[in-house]
Amino acid sequence: MAVDDVSFEVNKGELFGFLGPNGAGKTTAMRIIQCVSPPGGGSLKVFDMDVTRDQRKIKNLMGVVPQENNLDIDFSVYKNLYVYSRYFDIPKRKAEQKIDELLDFVQLNEKKDTMTDSLSGGMKRRLVLARALVNEPRLLILDEPTVGLDPQSRHVMWDKLRSLKKQGVTIVMTTHYLEEAAQLCDRLVIMDYGNILVEGSPSSIIREHIGTDIVEAENTPEVIACLENSNARYEKTGDMVQIYTNDPHDITEHLFSECRLGKITARAATLEDVFLKLTGRKLRE
Amino acid sequence: MMSYFALPDITPRVLKVWMRNRDVFMATLTVNFLPPLVEPTLYLFALGFGLGNYINEIEGVPYTKFIAPALISVSIMFAAFYECTFGSYVRMYYQKTFDAIIATPLNIDEVIAGELFWGATRGVINASIILPILSIFGLAVYPHSLLVIPFAFLAGLMFSCIAMCFTAITPNINSLTYPSILLITPMFLFSGTFFPLSLLPETVQYISLAILPLAHIVIVVRSLMSGIIEASLLLNIAWMFGATLLVFLLSINLMKKRLIV
Repeated sequence: MAVDDVSFEVNKGELFGFLGPNGAGKTTAMRIIQCVSPPGGGSLKVFDMDVTRDQRKIKNLMGVVPQENNLDIDFSVYKNLYVYSRYFDIPKRKAEQKIDELLDFVQLNEKKDTMTDSLSGGMKRRLVLARALVNEPRLLILDEPTVGLDPQSRHVMWDKLRSLKKQGVTIVMTTHYLEEAAQLCDRLVIMDYGNILVEGSPSSIIREHIGTDIVEAENTPEVIACLENSNARYEKTGDMVQIYTNDPHDITEHLFSECRLGKITARAATLEDVFLKLTGRKLRE
Repeated sequence: MMSYFALPDITPRVLKVWMRNRDVFMATLTVNFLPPLVEPTLYLFALGFGLGNYINEIEGVPYTKFIAPALISVSIMFAAFYECTFGSYVRMYYQKTFDAIIATPLNIDEVIAGELFWGATRGVINASIILPILSIFGLAVYPHSLLVIPFAFLAGLMFSCIAMCFTAITPNINSLTYPSILLITPMFLFSGTFFPLSLLPETVQYISLAILPLAHIVIVVRSLMSGIIEASLLLNIAWMFGATLLVFLLSINLMKKRLIV
């Protein structure tokens, strides 16, 4: 899936997210930023340099954590980082120093001599992160950095990303975990079919598209009729109906008194609600 | 058409890819030394000292001496070909090594060129292992035979590039069996390796020389190992240079077409 109409700007020092269902064009967008795929039309500048012309310079300033762990299974943890630092022409002494520092940072010091095949999923992911940092990048690209990780590993990864951001690294990531995006991203875009649907900070996007809260009630003709009468913003999702609101007390009271509801729940609106509202609930395969 | 032979964008960083493969090779050294050590020795015993008993001489030399250069040539071919078909395919498709490298200042042209030069190096390594073994049996004339080692780089590079063209177009790893069985195996048998090309009808001889890269390698190695070096070798070497240049450019461009999406 290619990208169609995508324009965005990432500010220095920001953590920027690309969200979207499978096939939305996230990975393609990442590949263009990485100077791996050429943009079909239009242009993209990274550090004010053109991705079609200054690829080597850009890649020198960039670190990449790809969707799949492409570590060298024939090498130990240490050797993986060392071989990778050679691609950047980093002098041996400096590389060794940097690798020790990075192994500390990603908590893999004890696994230094372990072959990468026998690492756990979380360790592999952290090693890929360390590898992306050998050249001290100013921009870090992560394509689904926490996919398949257990909650502990995921939180460690989040901590690392936050601490990198604090050090001034600009971070661009894709993720399918909307809670992760809400927690980490300063700003994000939601993409679908190669286009950007919304852009903004997680909280502003939620506020704009849903409101602060969601009230869920059973999807019955009476409830729907009642909601229609009271001009509520709502959406039907199977046997439930979701009512978007900034004032959950008001709407629940109203529903209870006017619509004779049985079961209702109120909760804070999340990025996931926006995501499903904008991209629909149909499966993408 | 020209786009299949466009000049690649290559810097000395190619060496970094070569070094990566060298490091993997060194990490698994023992198992890597076994095939080039054992295989030619087995052939030498079975064919040279076994079957050779029934053959007086071929082109004025004992049969063992006739096949010894072929054993080196074939080993160079196999080493380079398998390195850049199955080896490269595994790195490209299963291990995603190429993707990892092109996220650094290296580009895909350099990754492929590094692979090709490494394949050529595998040819050199094999030649360097087999030549001393054959020398023990008095099958190599020195110092001429030493030239086989640098020549193995050209020969290896030629087969690496041929191999990489197939890797670039193969739909999956199993399909690499086709060039292996339909191209490499016949070449192994019909390139003046175990019987002289001169046995074939004259037209077939010319066709063989025109299309079988291994035939040229065998002629050159045979001549170097016998110590009789003729000017006509330059033709063989020129043919190899020309062919290698073409497949070098073709393989890199085919790979770019496959990998840059």
